[in-house]
Amino acid sequence: MIEAKNVNFYYGDFHALKDISLEIEANSVTAFIGPSGCGKSTFLRLLNRMNDLIAGTRLEGSCLVNGKNIYDKSVDVDVLRKDIGMVFQKPNPFPKSIFENVAYGLKVNRMGNKAEISARVEQSLKDSALWDEVKDKLNKSAYELSGGQQQRLCIARALAVKPSVILMDEPASALDPISTSKIEELIYNLKANYTIVIVTHNMQQAARVSDKTGFFMLGELIEFDETKRMFISPQKKQTQNYITGRFG
Amino acid sequence: MEKAKHNETELKALKEEMSHMWRLVLSQLQKCKQAYLTNDTELAREVISREKRVNTFELKIDSDCENYIALFAPVAVDLRLVLSLMKISGALERIADFAEGIAKHVTIEDFHPITAKLKEDLKIETMFDTVISMLSDSFAALESENTKLSGKILQKDDEVDTLFMEGKEFLAKYVQKESSYSKCVLETLLVLRKLERIGDHCSNTVEEIVFYIDAKVLKHVKSRE
Ligand SMILES: Nc1ncnc2c1ncn2[C@@H]1O[C@H](COP(=O)(O)OP(=O)(O)O)[C@@H](O)[C@H]1O
Ligand SMILES: [Mg+2]
Repeated sequence: MIEAKNVNFYYGDFHALKDISLEIEANSVTAFIGPSGCGKSTFLRLLNRMNDLIAGTRLEGSCLVNGKNIYDKSVDVDVLRKDIGMVFQKPNPFPKSIFENVAYGLKVNRMGNKAEISARVEQSLKDSALWDEVKDKLNKSAYELSGGQQQRLCIARALAVKPSVILMDEPASALDPISTSKIEELIYNLKANYTIVIVTHNMQQAARVSDKTGFFMLGELIEFDETKRMFISPQKKQTQNYITGRFG
Repeated sequence: MEKAKHNETELKALKEEMSHMWRLVLSQLQKCKQAYLTNDTELAREVISREKRVNTFELKIDSDCENYIALFAPVAVDLRLVLSLMKISGALERIADFAEGIAKHVTIEDFHPITAKLKEDLKIETMFDTVISMLSDSFAALESENTKLSGKILQKDDEVDTLFMEGKEFLAKYVQKESSYSKCVLETLLVLRKLERIGDHCSNTVEEIVFYIDAKVLKHVKSRE
């Protein structure tokens, strides 16, 4: 479903990703872990071309999604980002109502009439496990929600345009434990319909939510395997040292 | 890193506790052999009375492992270590149980003495020595974190099984000739059976050590070649 082949990535002269190759299956959760600055976010951003926005960067190798190179000239980046949504570490709702936040992408992309948009907003809020908490105040500002609710709103916003892949960069690291467990449960449920790639600095979170885990260090993908195997019997010494806290 | 140091201290304490338990069980087994071969009821009673200490060790190690899992959420090699220590403590406890059981046979030996000749014919001393070496070799494997000897130790279990089968055959014939010894024969068969079970539990500990160190699962694999 997602396939990176010999990916090298540079910020100017800085070689941030070194010869990364991996495959991610559809309807699975993949977690990337590793010390900060090792390139997890950089790799995640490559998958919906968010790095294109940064000047002086260079990419070698290819990233295929459903067999198609997303860096091909024919690709419309807006369409691509609709299909591959992203959720960030800090919830970033627009200064609009709850309803308008979720409807935003639908309206911009002219996806459906008023009734269809309403139905889609409701479904997205249900899918992101937020509906019951906001159904009576859809016209209130998104800023009135708690941090955890705002994050689920951002997930609903990403879901509304019917992506196939959702990228999440430390989606729960700014949240309290209860909001965190709601997000984790959500991720777990979403994989029935979406392919999810998550970056997390929380190893136990990776262990709990993901099917496969990739361990990055200094721009290299050291090990990529079934999550169970990674946490019970990692094959590489560096992985073992990192996940058991014997690092540095 | 602070957490890592704390973690190491905790694991070291767990391993130390395990080595105490191991030494105790090994000495129980050695004393039990001595008591059985020399009909030393005094020594047999000592083995019986020290069995409680082994049980205490098992409970302590299990609860320490549970606490460690709850507080440290171990993964990888650390997780494999605690999981295997919990199972090993269970196996050692069973081994000590069987040693106590054999010691009990010694204390009722007066009623139906088994001859030194019969003990020899049954190779009971060899059986004892084999399970004792299995236990001490697997302990050495854990202490040195080296599983090179694991294949050899598991092979010894097959030797014990063979000795048990042969002993059983021998006793079956023996009881036909010496029917007045039937009670003694039954007791002796139970002793052989216990030694055979001790061999099984020694194998289990080796399998756990291999899981911990090499992350391989040997359990219930039919062919060990
Ligand atoms: N916009 C940027 N310009 C230059 N260097 C960057 C930029 N973003 C990230 N880097 C560098 O690339 C490396 C990987 O960063 P990042 O992918 O954010 O790591 P992670 O998400 O694993 O913490 C770091 O050394 C970081 O300093
Ligand atoms: Mg990052």
